[in-house]
Amino acid sequence: MSESEKKLGWKSLPIGGYLLEPGSALKYKTGDWRAFRPIIDQKRCINCLLCWVYCPDAAIIRLEKYVDVNYDYCKGCGICANECPVKCITMVEERR
Amino acid sequence: MARLMGLTGNEAIAYAVKQCNVDVVAAYPITPQTIMVEVISEYVHNGEINAEFICVESEHSAMSACVGASLTGARVFTATASQGLALMHEMLYIASGLRCPIVMGVANRALSAPINIHGDHSDMMGSRDCGWIQIYAENAQEAYDWIIQAFKIAEDPRVLLPVSVNIDGFILSHSMEGVSVLDDEDVLSFLPPRKPVITVDPDKPITVGALCLPDYYFEIKFQQIQALKEAYNVIREVNREYEKLTGRRYDFVDSYAMDDADAAIVCLGSTAGTAKAVARWLRSEGKKVGVVKPWVYRPFPEEELIKALGDVKALAVLDKACSFGAPFNALCSDIIATLYRYGKDIKVFNCLYGLGGRDITPNDLKAIFNDALEIAKTGIVKEYMKFIGVRE
Repeated sequence: MSESEKKLGWKSLPIGGYLLEPGSALKYKTGDWRAFRPIIDQKRCINCLLCWVYCPDAAIIRLEKYVDVNYDYCKGCGICANECPVKCITMVEERR
Repeated sequence: MARLMGLTGNEAIAYAVKQCNVDVVAAYPITPQTIMVEVISEYVHNGEINAEFICVESEHSAMSACVGASLTGARVFTATASQGLALMHEMLYIASGLRCPIVMGVANRALSAPINIHGDHSDMMGSRDCGWIQIYAENAQEAYDWIIQAFKIAEDPRVLLPVSVNIDGFILSHSMEGVSVLDDEDVLSFLPPRKPVITVDPDKPITVGALCLPDYYFEIKFQQIQALKEAYNVIREVNREYEKLTGRRYDFVDSYAMDDADAAIVCLGSTAGTAKAVARWLRSEGKKVGVVKPWVYRPFPEEELIKALGDVKALAVLDKACSFGAPFNALCSDIIATLYRYGKDIKVFNCLYGLGGRDITPNDLKAIFNDALEIAKTGIVKEYMKFIGVRE
């Protein structure tokens, strides 16, 4: 959830925390939970897609020859870096 | 036309539930509540009500099944007591948090250890803050009447909260009384089938019970706080409508002989019946005493209590559940907080009584009234906490 997005108050929210339409997780951007940011060296990426398979947040973007990260949702867990067979992903501390 | 039936507290609740045309009952047997659901299961078996009776493996599952059923728009009842209510504890918050208008009969019983099957309020008081509307009945008639009203209160779109109707274990659950029951048609006209607001429906999918983090959780809880405030108005409306139908007047607070009382007892449930009889006895000796019984414990009826207490000078608040280590037990804490809020200087002392079903006798209550009268006269409270009948 980005800071700029207006949060609803108790009067406007559906009762009981119900979600009345599907797909709300898309609107809930979890990228700001990240303490470490995966940086992919795309020149070394062999496009094996192991990171894409393992990513628990579906935050790896498949491109034609290599992969990229969707930083809106990547929580920085580091599984991709751990699984990468050519070690082309480094986890860099976020600085805000 | 109303009819008179001989019913125990458990049977009175079961009979009311039958007349309320419930759709789903999920329950697990536990003394002293067992007969409540046993009788309902017979109604279902005999085809006297068209309801689904779910036999579950525990009270945790019972309440879970009730939550699921309630979310589909069904009218749902369950019943429990003591350890069963304690095992349900987690799910009680989910029922209120997901705004399920479930009605539950509780035959109040002590909590282990030591194990004990008799009546005190430890079970419901242990789940006091679960967000349910909580009602305490004085006799089987009140239990019957409150169950019918409870569904109407719970299912009102302004409320959508679960309600527990409490009866004292054995004292009410197993004692037979004459209960004036309504005709089925009258109950149906008072309580038409439930009209749910939002339901789980495969054709229009919604998500219930999703993760709600610090940025939204508080707002959802505040909705519950507001719903309990709304319930306050709804309870009053329902009480008046029920009075028109039956002639029996219910309110947040039942007050007896309070008009010119110097001292009074405040207590919940069946003890109020004995206290009223003792008050009548003391009144005949010229002692100005009265009894105040909150029918509705949550939402706590502060305004009605202040009105009922009038110009009383001293109060004995009787608690049948121990808040270990607290300055006062639950009911007394609420009373003192209310007096503070309204700036009332009424002397109060707390009596813990009846744990594990120990009887409170007319003589016990007479002594308590006399202590309260003494405080009303002197203005001095010597003992803020009394333990009625405990041996050294």
